[in-house]
Amino acid sequence: MNLAALTLHEAGEKLRKREFSAQDLTEAVFRRISETEEKLHSYITLSRDAALKEAKQADERLKSDTNPRSLLGIPIAVKDNFLTRGIRTTCASKFLENFIPPYDCTTVKKLRASGAIITGKTNLDEFAMGSSAENSAFFATRNPWDTDRVPGGSSGGSAAALAADQCIVALGTDTGGSIRQPAAFCGVVGLKPTYGRVSRYGIIAFASSMDQVGPMTKDVRDCALMLEAIAGYDPADSTSANRPVPQYSASLTGDVKDLRIGIPKEYFVSGIQPDVEQAVRTAIRQLERNGVAIKEISLPHTDYAVAVYYIVATAEASSNLARYDGMRYGHRAYAKDLTETYMLSRAEGFGPEVKRRIMLGTYALSAGYYDAYYLKAQRVRTLIKKDFDEAFKSCDAIIVPTAPTTAFKIGEKTQDPLRMYLSDIYTISANLTGLPAISLPCGFDSEGLPIGMQIIGKHFDESTILAIAYAYEQSTDWHKRKPNF
Amino acid sequence: MKYETVVGLEVHAQLLTQSKIFCGCSTKFGQAPNHNTCPICTGFPGVLPVLNKKVVEFAIRAGLATHCEIARWSRLARKNYFYPDLPKGYQISQYELPICTNGYIDIAVNMVVKRIRLTRIHMEEDAGKNIHDLRSDASLVDLNRAGVPLLEIVSEPDIRSAEEAGNYLRTLRAMLQYLEICDGNMEEGSFRCDANVSVRPEGTTALGTKVELKNLNSFKAVEKGIEFEIRRQIEALSDGGRLIQETRLWDPDREETRSMRTKEFAHDYRYFPDPDLLPVAIDEEWIDEIRASLPELPGARKVRLISQYDIPSYHAELLTNRKDVADYFESTLITHRNPTAIANWITGDLFRLLKDRKLDEKLYITDWPVQPDNLAAMVALIDQGKISGKLAKTVFEAMADSGSSPQEIIAEKGLEQVSDPESIEKAIDQVLIAHRKQVADYQAGNQKIFGFLVGQIMKATQGKVNPQKANEILKRKLTEGNKISATSGRKLD
Repeated sequence: MNLAALTLHEAGEKLRKREFSAQDLTEAVFRRISETEEKLHSYITLSRDAALKEAKQADERLKSDTNPRSLLGIPIAVKDNFLTRGIRTTCASKFLENFIPPYDCTTVKKLRASGAIITGKTNLDEFAMGSSAENSAFFATRNPWDTDRVPGGSSGGSAAALAADQCIVALGTDTGGSIRQPAAFCGVVGLKPTYGRVSRYGIIAFASSMDQVGPMTKDVRDCALMLEAIAGYDPADSTSANRPVPQYSASLTGDVKDLRIGIPKEYFVSGIQPDVEQAVRTAIRQLERNGVAIKEISLPHTDYAVAVYYIVATAEASSNLARYDGMRYGHRAYAKDLTETYMLSRAEGFGPEVKRRIMLGTYALSAGYYDAYYLKAQRVRTLIKKDFDEAFKSCDAIIVPTAPTTAFKIGEKTQDPLRMYLSDIYTISANLTGLPAISLPCGFDSEGLPIGMQIIGKHFDESTILAIAYAYEQSTDWHKRKPNF
Repeated sequence: MKYETVVGLEVHAQLLTQSKIFCGCSTKFGQAPNHNTCPICTGFPGVLPVLNKKVVEFAIRAGLATHCEIARWSRLARKNYFYPDLPKGYQISQYELPICTNGYIDIAVNMVVKRIRLTRIHMEEDAGKNIHDLRSDASLVDLNRAGVPLLEIVSEPDIRSAEEAGNYLRTLRAMLQYLEICDGNMEEGSFRCDANVSVRPEGTTALGTKVELKNLNSFKAVEKGIEFEIRRQIEALSDGGRLIQETRLWDPDREETRSMRTKEFAHDYRYFPDPDLLPVAIDEEWIDEIRASLPELPGARKVRLISQYDIPSYHAELLTNRKDVADYFESTLITHRNPTAIANWITGDLFRLLKDRKLDEKLYITDWPVQPDNLAAMVALIDQGKISGKLAKTVFEAMADSGSSPQEIIAEKGLEQVSDPESIEKAIDQVLIAHRKQVADYQAGNQKIFGFLVGQIMKATQGKVNPQKANEILKRKLTEGNKISATSGRKLD
């Protein structure tokens, strides 16, 4: 049995039945990493020694714990923008190349407490800014389905690691689609929870009003279990929601009868790859057979989402990244005076995409431009929110493609930022509105690349989109296919 | 042409909370550099601010006491700029929606009440400190102060002279001290002031070009700085020159202001609402609760002191200007109820001593070596005739030096006043014998000699005899002239 290929719920059950130990499982995962990492480059930092030590402790707990938690002894890959005490956290930036955090982010703290084992830190676009993981300051990660292609981004390392069985589950963050788009490109499941559902404390901030932590998993059940483990109020994050966490896995009944699903007409227009559209429409028909009611809806301000996103996100980023000044930690250039120290430290520490976004955001907030850009963008953001409020009066969830295309070639879009930005066109609205959205596999294109379908839910109604995703997953076997590379 | 001065003040008041505004670090002053820090207040990656509720409560207290409108809905905003003492590269402050607006403070100008309007009061975090003079090869950064809560209190340009500015500041400081939200210590920087100064031809209403004056680290600096700036501006205009909008620094050594930066180099702070913090929503109930808990404020206390203790208005004014002084006054009265005498001692000798020893800006008077019950005991001793007013001054100085009680000092120094007639008579007799010639002169009609003789008695007894009684006895003895000479003569022979 290839232990590394197991899902969380499979591995967890077998661990609890003592069919194998957490050490066996962890060793299997690291064996898989050493066999495949050369071809993929999913990880920036591996934490093998600590992981094996944690596995040993997990085995002790598995022996003594009468009611072990679902994550106990499970190897998990963590995106390198989660702060991990004692494990280098780079955010794929030269600026933080040697940064070892003094504290754990809330999510990692929760995972550690539940006995999960951190395999290492996965690659991403620098500061989570990008859609292909090519903006990493260190190297590009490759898509296990075709190693000439990108895994998507920014959580490309986590998606690739998961698809290649280099971990059992993974964590990502999603500011404009950074969990869902790579999940679609790599044929795995990725969930962006409602804004405020999971603590942001200890996540390296990109755009504070949209950043959200979420699970990336091999199937929908794992996704529900992971969300149960990481969701919840955190007094250290003022924007986290103080409301109870439902047992998401209990909603996975396969019964979706009479749920109403909206299909927004604005999402199926030009620019979409034909096999992607076809796969999503076929998936919708499958769900209809499962008993859901399908209806067309309209989200009239959809066209503005990308523009609004790139103003709000860059404005917040320009301020969030001001702390990387070379004074207290991270890269410092030695220069003749203070101003030059700032300028050189940042010039050397940040890559071109990060600089581009800092400049865009600084401009959008500048005196004389604030009203025309930032303020107007926030107003349009409110209109987009109202579109969804209106739509959800007549449906329980919305289905759209996750990305307009399947995984593109490495280097294909790096010279054209605007084209790159458009690969987030279907995912951005959920971030602007704070709504939960899940991406799951719904087929393959003519070249054998995975296609993702996205289900968007009402605020804090992750249960419904998980239920729909699960029902669909049960009627297909896309999630069981493995890449061959 | 005559010019009118127009001044608006921006005060930064450090709040007396136990912990910082966005993290749990202590606000204690005087710790080793960077001792009061954590990942949050040093701006590490990933950290998030959580607003200290006490800061909001203190802001509401200040707002209610200054007749402000309290915003039911206010926002924290980021003010973006780079400086090594600003760890996040932005300061969390308030911008378009401050917590308090449209208030006022009444000040006394030449015994007339004048109203100074307040534009706004907002909450913000303090920055750390850059230290440039400790090492020759580097500047050092101490982030203990980074994240300490501040209120910024902005007045309208209603102030018309340096003196009014000083009055306004003292009144505001007293208010914050009464509210127990700021210690008002200018020297340690817990009460700081920038002044916007401009002049305009008398009778006109348009505002002149304003200069922002910084580095005003004491009341004296505020007054002198503004005075200098007014003079400089009027001179420039009178010479036909023009002023530029700029920031100028007060140099207390050279007693002049000099340019720091002009408008062209002003920062663009790129304020925007902080997405890490929710809007601050304040309900009516909480405001009512805080309103009900407000302490007696200086104006009300002054009125009460006058009616309750029957002391003159100017004493009441001096006593209530600082909460610690008024508290000191009232605790002294608990031990010995002589309000007039005690008010005199506090506003006279105590204030002088505080000033001479430069303690007036540094210490709470309640922390000062002369404790209220010691002062009360001393005044009681005077009232009981046990020490003279003159001796009391010596006792007072000694109390300030040692912190001992007056009884201890008197015993230690043998200063107890001699009041029993027998001892006094004895002492007087000795003086009269030693000065027979002068006694004879007095009896011959030279009245001036009386004072000389009193002096000699005081000298001989080291000032310990009760002067009133000594006068009485001396007078009686001198009129019974012969008897004295006879008895004395016998003794001497």
